[in-house]
Amino acid sequence: MSSNEVEVAEEAPPTDELRESLVSRLTELVGDAVLEHHIVVGKDVWIRVKNEAWVEVGNAVRVPMGARFFGFVSAIDWMPSPYGRSMDSAVDTIVKGATDKPVPEMVTGYAGGESRFQVIARVTNLKAGWSLNLKTDVGDAEPSVASWTQVYAGADWHEREVFEMFGINFVGHPGLRKIYLPGDFEGNPMRKDFPLLARMVKPWPGIVDTEPMPGANEPADAASSEEAVS
Amino acid sequence: MTAITDRQKLAYIAGQAADARVNIELETEGMTLNMGPQHPATHGTLRIVAKLDGEQVIAADPIMGYMHRGYEKLAEVRTYAQVTTLVNRIDWLGSFANEVPFILASEQLMGIEAPPRAQWIRTLLFELSRVANIILFLGDMAVQLGALTPVFFAFRDREHVLNQIESATGGRFHPNFDRIGGIKDDLPKGWLAETKATMANVRKFCDEMEELVMGSQIFEARTRGIGVIPPDVAQQYGLSGANLRASGVDWDIRRDNNIGLVYDKLDWKVWTHTDGDSFARFWVRMQETREACNMIEQLCDGVPSGPIMAKVPRIIKVPAGEAFVSTENPLGEMGYYIVSQGDLTPFRVKIRTASFNNVSITPWILRGVYVPDIITILASLYFILGDIDR
Repeated sequence: MSSNEVEVAEEAPPTDELRESLVSRLTELVGDAVLEHHIVVGKDVWIRVKNEAWVEVGNAVRVPMGARFFGFVSAIDWMPSPYGRSMDSAVDTIVKGATDKPVPEMVTGYAGGESRFQVIARVTNLKAGWSLNLKTDVGDAEPSVASWTQVYAGADWHEREVFEMFGINFVGHPGLRKIYLPGDFEGNPMRKDFPLLARMVKPWPGIVDTEPMPGANEPADAASSEEAVS
Repeated sequence: MTAITDRQKLAYIAGQAADARVNIELETEGMTLNMGPQHPATHGTLRIVAKLDGEQVIAADPIMGYMHRGYEKLAEVRTYAQVTTLVNRIDWLGSFANEVPFILASEQLMGIEAPPRAQWIRTLLFELSRVANIILFLGDMAVQLGALTPVFFAFRDREHVLNQIESATGGRFHPNFDRIGGIKDDLPKGWLAETKATMANVRKFCDEMEELVMGSQIFEARTRGIGVIPPDVAQQYGLSGANLRASGVDWDIRRDNNIGLVYDKLDWKVWTHTDGDSFARFWVRMQETREACNMIEQLCDGVPSGPIMAKVPRIIKVPAGEAFVSTENPLGEMGYYIVSQGDLTPFRVKIRTASFNNVSITPWILRGVYVPDIITILASLYFILGDIDR
């Protein structure tokens, strides 16, 4: 369905029957709530579903499909960090603390996505030995999704963690409060626009303190890819 | 009290409500017991606020975060090689085991595989971490129930295992030894023979524990039927490792979803127990330690020769993609969900630790138990605070 999957399919072993059948079974059960999917052949499958159908999907994978084992619930903030994407930047913008470079566009991962925040869950069928990665878009400004606590009891603490780290509201959670951080902590630390103070006050371990490798005349980028360490 | 099902617990609570009328007449009132954050029986800084009615717990609320270090955020500004230094400190008793799933997930994204010798040595060190970790549990469980001697035996015999880890990796607790594409160094001369000899020590320790702890009537009375977790509840909460297998669920990632390690080349078995109580969890871990000794001996005999690093670029950029790889760590399923956007650093790392899920069952399981059983249940669930707080 997705363009990524076609690329995978062109490579040597083209199909993954088990995971194809999982996707079609879930589509049978929840209809058009399944938006997109992505299969890495022989490894894993990602399925993106509609936000409104999150609980319905949870029930469908747990009972009829038999994925009784609860792995985790978490979230991803797809917004590129305004503080520099990584340490390969020529100037460590984190030290200067702001946006010298143009901020790259938002790119979402496997199975696509339409909003900044995505909730991801992983469940496993222990007997059959497969796992599903389920994703759903939860919005940009006031992200929210229905709680899974009535589906998997173990989702309770995971959703509390996502709530405090990403600020995502889980509707119907029995006690949505902070789990790690002190009660008066402000902000959602795992959001990309939440600055990591340790890196703002001290340029470590960024580009600033790297030295060229002994014997390497060229800057690190050019010498990189072909040369191998054995 | 033996808590078995939700229905029985509901019946218990209903009974409590009926008794409440009597209590009003007798003018008794509930009490809140605060255990921790510093308490000899809490493994670090897990704090439990328990509401009591007499000797029984009505509601228990674990409070954590005293050790939260934000590794998921820190990993976003570290290169892939630097992340292993962080994740070493998650489950500090079996550090090497924390590095392996992260490295395996990165390797999966990069499409490379470690050479056979590196895979064998990884598996060997992985199992050594398991032994070092669980030895301490076997002694610690007893000390929490009031028997002081076993924990000294545990520290004594764990030292031999740690010595082996140290002489191979250079670090007793934080080896930081695993690399993308292989391992840092080859094994020292004579190390394999020494390790095999060490296993004899560990077996002897297990036998001692069997006599000292499991053979003790007090221990059985304190653990049999205490903290029973039915298999379906265990799966709903995502319990893994020995906690899951003690509930009769026959699932071990080493056998069922083995990625990148050599367990499929060894002769071993997965131990389960059908009782699901604290005793079963102790028993399963005891058998696992012995099984790990078997595996280590086979691994020592079978390590192939060859290179220990695959060809990898000097500056590691992981191609864009997502991967989740988990391994059967001493505490249970530990996995890393890595999102890469083709940079030097991961875009997002979700760390799925065993203890977080294992402890999330405590509000359910502590409801209705007696106060001394809180200690038994927490000890038998066996968590490391760093593994919960990350």
